[in-house]
Amino acid sequence: MKIVVCVKHVPDTEARIRIAADGKRPDLAGVKTIVSPYDEYALEEALLLRESGAATEIVAISAGGDEVAASLRQALAVGADRAVHVHDPALAGADALSRAKALAAAITAEAPDLVFTGKMGVGDDEGQVGPMLAELLDRPHVGNAGKLTIEAGRFTAWRGVEGAVEVMEGSLPALLTWDKGEHEPRYASLKGIMAAKKKPLDVRKAADLGVVAEPPRVVRESMELPPPRPAGKILTGDAATAAHELARLLHEEAKVL
Amino acid sequence: MATVLVLLERRAGELKRASLQAVSAARQLAGPSGRVDALALGTGAETCAAAVGPAGADRLLVAADAAFDRYAPETYSAALAHAAKDGGSEIVLAAGTSLGRDVAARTAAKLSTGLLSDVIALELSPGGLRGRRPLYSGKAFAWESIPQARPAMATLRPNAFAVTSTGQAAEVVTLAVPVVAARVIATRLETPPEQELDVAEAPVIVSGGRGLKAPEHFSLVRDLAKALGGAVGASRAVVDAGWIPHAHQVGQTGKVVSPGLYVACGISGAIQHLAGMSSSKVIVAINKDADAPIFKVATYGIVGDVFEVLPKLTEEVKKLRS
Repeated sequence: MKIVVCVKHVPDTEARIRIAADGKRPDLAGVKTIVSPYDEYALEEALLLRESGAATEIVAISAGGDEVAASLRQALAVGADRAVHVHDPALAGADALSRAKALAAAITAEAPDLVFTGKMGVGDDEGQVGPMLAELLDRPHVGNAGKLTIEAGRFTAWRGVEGAVEVMEGSLPALLTWDKGEHEPRYASLKGIMAAKKKPLDVRKAADLGVVAEPPRVVRESMELPPPRPAGKILTGDAATAAHELARLLHEEAKVL
Repeated sequence: MATVLVLLERRAGELKRASLQAVSAARQLAGPSGRVDALALGTGAETCAAAVGPAGADRLLVAADAAFDRYAPETYSAALAHAAKDGGSEIVLAAGTSLGRDVAARTAAKLSTGLLSDVIALELSPGGLRGRRPLYSGKAFAWESIPQARPAMATLRPNAFAVTSTGQAAEVVTLAVPVVAARVIATRLETPPEQELDVAEAPVIVSGGRGLKAPEHFSLVRDLAKALGGAVGASRAVVDAGWIPHAHQVGQTGKVVSPGLYVACGISGAIQHLAGMSSSKVIVAINKDADAPIFKVATYGIVGDVFEVLPKLTEEVKKLRS
């Protein structure tokens, strides 16, 4: 069984966000970048399936300019067998459907049994590419998965919904978008990082894969930082006094009690 | 003036409040002379008429085939795409829930159109549908628009839009929707044994962090949450440490929340946590360290020991609410 894992290259979740001069995009100069955490969960689940013998090959795929190569190397370092880089610098600012089409072109050529993505790329926070990919590839999908079992071409997936877990059953081939599951993503070992340098990273121009540039359907007009919160009140006194005063303020001033 | 279609979501036959919020938002966009259609799927779909009419829908489109009783992304997105084409919808909306976001994205690909995810404001401008949405879990916000692609689609963050009441009844229209074969389908729902409020939908959240020192001390947070009628949240540090399941995590890799009251107990306020909760209306911080970043976003702060303050606060809240 072959699994394709899509990875997205994003700013570190610990990074402070600044706005670029165009007023529309983040200024990423000097910002540490990482593999989007939900993609790391997806990759970890794929690696565990290979270790259990259920999967035989894991291919990491990413679409974008030169910068995404770092995320693909990271995927190789933690254990992906090879990587495909759909190269097109214009994809960084493209809408979700355009990015999904670029990924779909590369995935179609791989014909995997399973496609994994994160439930969303952190930052854009759209959560669109996974389900869109499933539609473009004409395969069923489960969004927000946290657990998966596979038996004889059938699978069961547990997905998070508000206040509950929805159990979905289906047949392969399929696509899953991953939320945090039961497993922590592993770190790359030094040996893994060295080995990754020798693993195949196939760079394909998007146009060579038949990807046609399209006018954006979704246009970013502006980006702004949230307004600062007004200064708060620090309550003093011993625990009993402060707790009493807080309850009074919540009741009388903030009116939330 | 516009024709707007809203996908309704039901769980166990019950219409979601977030769906009604989307219907009211649709009414705003359509204006008095536009048309709002609401699509309900599955057995008993027609029962939504009583609620969606007053919230702003002109028509309730009913596809009552029992095949829709169990969620399948393929059948739901096919039905939504069909209804949009059939009704000539210029705008298609869904609640920004797990199901709504799943179906909307798949449908947008099917219709080759644009989708704005998880918007907190929507308006119709000469340039098309415009939506304001959080980025980086709320570290930033953006206005985005869909100038040409139709129907323009959006998912709406739950509780960001109000339900307005017009008092009209919706006309019930039966829609013949082709039921496609689903290759994956929901078979059951597992609800946690103790029916806990989900942080994503709770009006009050009490969260605990490292300052609680050990998982068993989460009972202090639970007690206060119970007294306040709220949900229990947590920082990433304690979720990573295995003290509490990930479903409770607030922050950039957890849930992004904006309740009326957020109480942070023993949470220092890492950037990724602040991103997930700083749009809460009132924030209370209780922490030993006066320099903790959480105090920068707090409406009220107590510099003190959570083990002393929390039991007292729970007591005070109980007194006030009794």
